[in-house]
Amino acid sequence: MNRLHEQGWLARFEDAGALLMAVRELRGRGYTQLEAYTPYPVEGLAQALGPMRNRIPLLVLLGGLAGGFGTLLLEWYASVIDYPINVGGRPNASWPAFIPAALEMTILFAAVFGIVGMFFANGLPRLHHPLFDVPCFEAASRDGFFVWLRADDPCFDPALAHDDLARLAPLAIDRVGP
Amino acid sequence: MHGHRDMNARLLALRETDASITDKVSAIVLERPTGRLWMVAFALSFVLTAWLGAGIVWLLAKGVGIWGLDIPVAWAFAIADYVWWIAIGMAGTFISGGLYLARQGWRNALNRYAEAMTVFAVSVSGIFPILHLGRPWFFYWLAPYPDRMGVWPQWRSSLFWDFSAIVAYLIVSVLYFYVGLIPDLATLRDRAATRGKQVFYGLLAAGWRGEARHWQRFETLNLLLAAMAVPLVFSVHSMVALDFSEGLLPGWHSTIFPPFFVAGALFSGFGMVLVLGIPLRRFFGLGDFITERHIANLAKLMLAAGLFVDYSYASELFNAFYSGDRYEIAHAMQELTGAYAWVYWTIIGCNVVAIQAIWFERVRRSHAALFVIALLVLVGMWFERFELIISSLYHDFLPSSWGMFYPTVWDIAFLAGSIGLFFLLFLLFVRLLPLLPMFELRKLRARLEREGA
Repeated sequence: MNRLHEQGWLARFEDAGALLMAVRELRGRGYTQLEAYTPYPVEGLAQALGPMRNRIPLLVLLGGLAGGFGTLLLEWYASVIDYPINVGGRPNASWPAFIPAALEMTILFAAVFGIVGMFFANGLPRLHHPLFDVPCFEAASRDGFFVWLRADDPCFDPALAHDDLARLAPLAIDRVGP
Repeated sequence: MHGHRDMNARLLALRETDASITDKVSAIVLERPTGRLWMVAFALSFVLTAWLGAGIVWLLAKGVGIWGLDIPVAWAFAIADYVWWIAIGMAGTFISGGLYLARQGWRNALNRYAEAMTVFAVSVSGIFPILHLGRPWFFYWLAPYPDRMGVWPQWRSSLFWDFSAIVAYLIVSVLYFYVGLIPDLATLRDRAATRGKQVFYGLLAAGWRGEARHWQRFETLNLLLAAMAVPLVFSVHSMVALDFSEGLLPGWHSTIFPPFFVAGALFSGFGMVLVLGIPLRRFFGLGDFITERHIANLAKLMLAAGLFVDYSYASELFNAFYSGDRYEIAHAMQELTGAYAWVYWTIIGCNVVAIQAIWFERVRRSHAALFVIALLVLVGMWFERFELIISSLYHDFLPSSWGMFYPTVWDIAFLAGSIGLFFLLFLLFVRLLPLLPMFELRKLRARLEREGA
């Protein structure tokens, strides 16, 4: 079975600046299937890797609208259609009193949609990943800055890609996958 | 002028690197042996929690009559405990969300344990209104669901608003806490030496690897959650306040309640952040991360929130007399001189007088003094919640329906037991999860380096 997207070269760099330079250089050489791993969010790195879709804001908006208008609809249905009670002739659809619960549900649904969306878009949760088999990768959550040249890249040739990485003066280069 | 010294102190000791931050914070969880002091504190919290457990069993068997509740005082300790605990949670969310939006770098050492404090305080607070229902096993009747009785909650009632606020706040604060933990859980997974710990933290970390585009989405989500957490905090405590101000009793029926409650919530929350932070910093040697500047900033925030609260006290009295309403005036006089006047003057001593010491820089630099003041604030705020509830109930309109409240041993058990449960959860957090957000400190270090500070 050919699992190129789980193979390639993993190069470690000194710091965030060196990693960012390396990524730009590799992109300049035509590589597109790149992934970069850092111990904290590095500004500009995601953009340097190429165009990405970030739909979290849209999901949060949709969640908020669903929660807020959904609650208003439920309150309206319950008090106007399903169980109207006449309290001193006041209107059944008492919108101002419907708002507090709708506000809370807006925030709840927006947060849940955003969090589920973040997991989904990032391909999480995931029990295993080929990178976890690379011993030095543990440093990615401490002080290691890595770039992974994936083998499914159209420009990828094992020997040439290794040379391209080596010219960027990384601290180390490791093989990902068998 | 010495005030500027607070501002210029570093947020992170110069000698700390990405590796040292990671090693020090993760060693607290992974390598440091369980200390004797922790064991003693845990045992004590456990005993108190067991007392709470016994109280809950007894309450389920006998009903809310085991508390000192009666007519006219049908709300007392349990509701005061509830408001007090949910208020304490507010500051954690505010530090996490509000200071994040304001780009305050000093939040980064504090937000993790402050969020943990929020989660535990809100969880503990939720016990009280449920047990207060009388038939707590029907608590789900509060939620709107298509039941066979064909009835719905009363949408126009502040009690329903309050219910939806607590539910939203509890779920959002738990999720916010967890999402912020994920990168640090991945660090613990990668650094754990035993298989058991690797599996435990590995499952919790959900496969997080720190890929640049993952970080991008993660940061977007954190920003949006922070932006939603701030209005959530303000709305939740306003809903709690509306439980009272929708009532017609003198002292309750007031538009000042929502902002007054929010200020009190932040005030007691900052108090709890100090009460937890000062010992944590000392026992775990976190001086490089929680610096003098952090503690001084917290003290200043507590003072600021306290001044809002003090203003509300003054405004409450002024409005009572200015209104000319004889019941409002009678209620104000009852507060100042009535049977519970000692409670009122305790509040003034703790929440008005004691905090004025924070104006002095010497006090802001003395952690012992700040710890004592923060404890007094917590005591004062509990008494304030108690006084607020009871002073309106025990003397309402007709002298024939006046009556005193006397707590029973079970009232004390629920208060002490809830404190025990909170500390039990917090002590477990300290042993099992990273006390400081490592990835945020690494990011802060990079930012300080870039700014050449």
